[in-house]
Amino acid sequence: MAHHRLTFNQYLILAFVSVSVPLGDAALSRGMTSLPSISISHPLTLIGAVFTPWIALGIALLIGYFASYLTALSWADLTFVMPATALGNVFVALLAHYWLHENISYMRWMGIVMITVGVAFVAHGPANTTPLANAVIAPEELDAKEAGR
Amino acid sequence: MISGVLAQASFWKAAGIIATVVVTSSTGEVLTAAAMKSMGDLDDIRAKSGLGGAIKAVVTSPLFMGGIFFMAVAFFSLLFALNHMNLSLVGPAAASLTLVTNTVAAQLFLHEKVDRRRWTAAVLVCVGVYFLAH
Repeated sequence: MAHHRLTFNQYLILAFVSVSVPLGDAALSRGMTSLPSISISHPLTLIGAVFTPWIALGIALLIGYFASYLTALSWADLTFVMPATALGNVFVALLAHYWLHENISYMRWMGIVMITVGVAFVAHGPANTTPLANAVIAPEELDAKEAGR
Repeated sequence: MISGVLAQASFWKAAGIIATVVVTSSTGEVLTAAAMKSMGDLDDIRAKSGLGGAIKAVVTSPLFMGGIFFMAVAFFSLLFALNHMNLSLVGPAAASLTLVTNTVAAQLFLHEKVDRRRWTAAVLVCVGVYFLAH
């Protein structure tokens, strides 16, 4: 498998990593704000919060995210996966604007443009710059092969 | 005067909670990335040893277990933060700061080639996430 050019399935995995985090965080926030204030002197009450419906939904989404994230890290650099998956923030903002008819300020539009440009920057480069443990061809050799074509 | 001191105390408390989320999250993510890099492409492992083999390869890695520990600490720190602050503050602050600390850590510890393109992307996304929250 070439580690520089991503397949359609690999793009799908990156897309799921992007979307599941903001949705999971939103579910966690809804669950935690509906609970009474938790003191740092009673940390065990945080464990009890895990079994409330919104927190459980948030955790389920974050488990799905984690499985996809691990898969992505097995064929791409951390510094590639992080910016590439930031597109989820843009997705949530656009969803809020067009579906929930929420107002998006100029500053937010600027944020959306910056994230999109940042993702385009990183997506244009190689996904992996370090040799993988079970890789048949190291990235440098792959570069040389592709350059020789 | 007293309200100023209280505002300063609440600022440092918020900064401390967000810093805890960022540091534990970064440590967890770098350890996990190191584990995944050390075992290679999961798709190849799954093709050879099946899904069970891929899961076994992941969960038996000490680096991965270290990463999970720090991610769990980061998760409960996030829950604690969300209980005291709004998601609109905690989410973007933690996400954008983690991006910068992860980029530095990936270059230092994972020896990833973080060229000008990746730094530009990291900074653009970091500032973009901040703007998106305002």
